[in-house]
Amino acid sequence: MNGTKLRLGLLFSRLRPEEKLLIRTARQHPEIELTLLNSRELILSPATKPELDLLLDREISQSRALCTLRLLQHSGVVCVNRYEVVRICGDKLFTSKALRDAGVPTPEVKIAFNPESARAAIEELGYPVVLKPVDGSWGRLMAKIENRTAAEAILEHKSHLSSYYHSIFYLQKYLEKPGRDIRAFVIGAEVVGATYRMADHWITNAAQGGRAARCPLTPQLEALCLQAARAVGGGALAIDLMETPEGYTVHEINCAMEFKESFKVLGAILPTRLIDYCIEQARSPATTPTATEVV
Amino acid sequence: MIACPECGSKLTIADDVVQNEIVECESCGVELEVTNLTPLQVELAPEEQEDWGE
Repeated sequence: MNGTKLRLGLLFSRLRPEEKLLIRTARQHPEIELTLLNSRELILSPATKPELDLLLDREISQSRALCTLRLLQHSGVVCVNRYEVVRICGDKLFTSKALRDAGVPTPEVKIAFNPESARAAIEELGYPVVLKPVDGSWGRLMAKIENRTAAEAILEHKSHLSSYYHSIFYLQKYLEKPGRDIRAFVIGAEVVGATYRMADHWITNAAQGGRAARCPLTPQLEALCLQAARAVGGGALAIDLMETPEGYTVHEINCAMEFKESFKVLGAILPTRLIDYCIEQARSPATTPTATEVV
Repeated sequence: MIACPECGSKLTIADDVVQNEIVECESCGVELEVTNLTPLQVELAPEEQEDWGE
């Protein structure tokens, strides 16, 4: 460390409103010396000894984030979030497994590796189902499949896409929800706030035009969000939940939380708490190994 | 004042813009990346990749 200042690297490849808020917050913090790390300009090696105490991952490319986190975390840099957590949250199947194992309510999921077995899996789940890329985000390339005809067409199309990952068919039982879902922000052991994401479409992602409104925190919601965060190894996480007739269900956890829309509702607490959490981790990094360590 | 490289409209860039910031052309909606501050320069932002997300 340089005196009492923590050398914080912010990893990015696109500076969006969230990163700009984080940069402003970090630069105003007396304990931080900020370095911006543009992944497009980085050259790393296994021998890299970065002059950093802390890395805040704001990289939108999952592949670049994992490479960088793996090297830097194993070189002694405290990473937010940790490599193991990003590995799980970046993969919907890994997330489903972690949530299921931890007893967190989560939609029923099946996975298959070719169109024929995928169609059989869909019929086991029962129509409608949602087909998602295992490593996708922002509601991209998701399909709600309502019947067998649609299933056959979509599965055939997917199997011809260039990336093999499109032939890993992640199938989720479609759950009715009230035109909105919930995004809750967990930072460490605290649920900092939550917003409803509302849309007329069944996809409510902000990237797809979903609007945010404040969601009141209840003890039940907070407890579930903290349980979900622990299930993937903990950190600074955006927990996505749906409200179903049977109660809350967690369908996704995001490790590089976007909060442009939620910031309009929740305000500066999000970037402020995130930067504070980074400092806390550097001063006293979490030492608790979790089931995620072996990923 | 600089022009959008996509549609040629004049761009309105905030005074507190930072290097590499993504800005949007109000006219055509294209995403642009600020590649230099003095003088101000922008380029088309990189296209979305399959592994992008949060």
